[in-house]
Amino acid sequence: MNFEFTEEQLMIRQAARDFAQRDLITDVIERDYKAEYPTKHVKTMSELGFMGMMMDPKYEGGGMDTVSYVLAMEEISKVDSSVSVIMSVNNSLVCYGINKYGTEEQKQKYLPDLATGRKIGAFLLSEPEAGSDATMQRTTAEDKGDYYLVNGTKNWITNAHSGSIYILIAQTHPEKKHHGINAFILEKDTPGISLGPHEDKMGMRSSDTHSVMFTDVKVPRENRIGEDGFGFKFAMKTLEAGRIGIAAQALGLASGALERSIQYAKERKAFGTEIANHQAIAFKIAEMAVKVENARNLCLKAAWLKDNKKPFAIASSMAKQYCADIAMEVTTEAVQIHGGYGYVKEYHVERLMREAKLTQIYEGTSEIQKIVISRTLLRD
Amino acid sequence: MKILICISNVPDTTTKIRFVNDNKAFDTNGVQWIINPWDELALTRALELKEGSGGKIEKVSVISVGSHGAEPTLRKALAIGADDAIRINAEPKDAYFVASQIAAAIKDEGYDMIIAGIESSDYNGSAVGGMIAELLSIPNVSSVSKIDVEGDNVVLKREIDGGSEVLATQLPFVAIIQKGVALEPRIPSMRGIMMARQKPLKVVEPVETESLTEFVDFSLPPAKAACKMVDPENMKELVNLLHTEAKVL
Amino acid sequence: MSILVYTENWDGKFKKLSYELVSYGKGIADMMGTSLIVISIGDVDQGELKKLGDYGSDKIIEVKNGKLNHLINSAYSSIISQVAEKEGATVVILSNNFTGKALAPRVSVKLKAGLVSGVNAMPSSTDPFIVQKKTFTGKAFANVKINSVNKILTLAQNSYGIKETENKARIESFEPQLSDNDFRTEVKDVKKVTGKVLLTDAEIVVSGGRGMKGPENWGPIEELAGLLGAATACSRPVSDKGWRPHEEHTGQTGKIIAPNLYIAAGISGAIQHLAGVSSSKCIVAINKDHEAPIFEAADYGVIGDVQKVLPDLIEAVKEFKSEN
Repeated sequence: MNFEFTEEQLMIRQAARDFAQRDLITDVIERDYKAEYPTKHVKTMSELGFMGMMMDPKYEGGGMDTVSYVLAMEEISKVDSSVSVIMSVNNSLVCYGINKYGTEEQKQKYLPDLATGRKIGAFLLSEPEAGSDATMQRTTAEDKGDYYLVNGTKNWITNAHSGSIYILIAQTHPEKKHHGINAFILEKDTPGISLGPHEDKMGMRSSDTHSVMFTDVKVPRENRIGEDGFGFKFAMKTLEAGRIGIAAQALGLASGALERSIQYAKERKAFGTEIANHQAIAFKIAEMAVKVENARNLCLKAAWLKDNKKPFAIASSMAKQYCADIAMEVTTEAVQIHGGYGYVKEYHVERLMREAKLTQIYEGTSEIQKIVISRTLLRD
Repeated sequence: MKILICISNVPDTTTKIRFVNDNKAFDTNGVQWIINPWDELALTRALELKEGSGGKIEKVSVISVGSHGAEPTLRKALAIGADDAIRINAEPKDAYFVASQIAAAIKDEGYDMIIAGIESSDYNGSAVGGMIAELLSIPNVSSVSKIDVEGDNVVLKREIDGGSEVLATQLPFVAIIQKGVALEPRIPSMRGIMMARQKPLKVVEPVETESLTEFVDFSLPPAKAACKMVDPENMKELVNLLHTEAKVL
Repeated sequence: MSILVYTENWDGKFKKLSYELVSYGKGIADMMGTSLIVISIGDVDQGELKKLGDYGSDKIIEVKNGKLNHLINSAYSSIISQVAEKEGATVVILSNNFTGKALAPRVSVKLKAGLVSGVNAMPSSTDPFIVQKKTFTGKAFANVKINSVNKILTLAQNSYGIKETENKARIESFEPQLSDNDFRTEVKDVKKVTGKVLLTDAEIVVSGGRGMKGPENWGPIEELAGLLGAATACSRPVSDKGWRPHEEHTGQTGKIIAPNLYIAAGISGAIQHLAGVSSSKCIVAINKDHEAPIFEAADYGVIGDVQKVLPDLIEAVKEFKSEN
């Protein structure tokens, strides 16, 4: 056992912290309010190498491990989860999926642009009628020999507008149910793709979320990922890894809320003393801190298993479910500690609370994670 | 042209300052060490100059006097973009000791521009840069807020009490920089962090040198009396207090 | 044995800090039972030089040379060292301002004199020689012992004060030995800020922070400063945003100041800011956030909107000025 970070991991954490504290904090409230995409921050994040942290340097990636990725995600999410979700989708869904299951040609063609943030990726799985039950894909990809003909609609797509490289999940052989599903890489400027309006979200308002419509879109055959019918497994395996990123995001929301609460409790006075001296507040802080510590350990364990090529599906589900649920609890308590100030935008914690809610919903709801965990435990 | 940045390893600026051992030593427990903020600006500017020089500036090096524990700070400088690093393996005793070590280590290395921060945020000595210049018998320009390289010439802006001056200097020289020389310190990129371990970090043993001063003990400033609150509707009262009580008007 | 003080001049005139340095030098000379010598480099008339005698100098040495109109570190430090050697000075004192910081390290090496910069009190003893200075940018004090025979100190501005001691100082000139090597830097251009009180000289400083909301709202700060004969300053975020020039930035990485009165308007008081102003004799904080840490450091606090409080304060100061 070794609980120490390496010097590089610490340096990465510090770099992410500096980026968040120097740049993101300056306009995070305004961007949230205006639902404005963080164009300049994504550019800086790309230059710093946060968009393809775990990719092999031969594809212009950072060559970092998952532990480093968790540390960076936590720091950025403490300040701005709209930015970290852009980073998460690009890193742990799009880059990871292509790197793990793509052909060498696909990797060479797409990864360098994605890993450097020259192009941003999006992951198109959810549909109006296929959220948690991803087997019910209505979007079709008809096999036309040289190409697939895609029709249908995808929902809740992060980076749909800002991104230009899509990973699309669609049904080719409906009769085979989820064994008939395929995954494809396609470029957004392919004719026949159109976007729905910008979704007006409760939180993470500075990231762009749209539905995406496909009308007779031709996707070249060589853009399919894996064998015919591999799409569903591809999506599930990729999400297994992606969950670590979202878990780290939820962790960052919780630890950010905890840090702000500690600072506030030491400054704010009531009944003649700092509120930190009131046990009602002090105990809240203690309970929040234990949850954050647990969450961090689950996240890092899942990342460590992945880095050491050990099975991590259960660990990543546990991390995602726990981190998301405690993010909701801890951010809610943070608002409570801040009292009236917590309810106004200036003090950040109400935003963290709105953002935390999404971590319980996307990339597999907390309920879905419990299904994954329990089914595995009860299978035999 | 070759540039050298002198780096101090200092406690993070938000560190709570405490002392141990009968107030004779700074409590380093739990302290996060960083590159002295002025040195970090110097490094940032040196890298900007190198990148804009079209190959004319061939190398930016960093140097620090410190034990093995100072290496992460030097590697951070490498991650930010320095080409190589030198660590002089000794505990820094005082400014004269540090300057003597650096001067001895670099006297034959052919650096054209040596940059030091105007002070370090721990002991606020404001001395190492000027001492290196004197030890090497080369010019120094202090309180520099701008450095430009124009052809073979270095042009500097120096802050003076009540204004500023533009200076030219012969090379080699020591620039002692303050705020303004670069907008903000660079954050190392992931690629930079990955490359840092592959860049040379040379450890050299110290030369025999004395130190001229030593710290006897430390103390914290006395606690301040509570702030007296004045009604925002009654600024006359504030002016009156400043006049009769504080006696500053 | 003697004490040597270097007094800088600004266009031939001395300032309060010059007299403070001489006063401090006199204090040490008395402690050590020796004489005080003051050196001035550049064009200063006899009347102005004589004023230095009012603060206790026994001898004033003037060095005039057409090539010394601008500060050239090598030449100046060479002159100071030559005078120190000639006069047998064992303690050399400069200001801890830009000029002192530029010269003291070079003089220190030339005389092999242990340097303590930013001292803020008289030595607690002269044998051994122990003197206090600020460390950790104002967050702590340290007592430093100088082990070498020769000693050099730079005095933090506004930390000792002025003490008049009448003395019939005689003025001598000195012809230094300088070589081309002492003139390897050249001043090409000078820009002076005129008509403004300098931040480092000011007895009163009016400072604005992020709470001022934008550069267009600086009118009241400047008006109040004008009324009080004060300098204007700002916090780091303000200079980083470009609302005010970076020369105004006070704090850990900006200017460290110690005025008699520091008025902080819309400054929350981050630890790095307080490090730069905590030596002020009196701090007034105006902030709408009653929890702003600036109130911990302030002597007088006003909880309110700066846009409203400042105009009221300006009126009150005007009234005060008309009555006094």
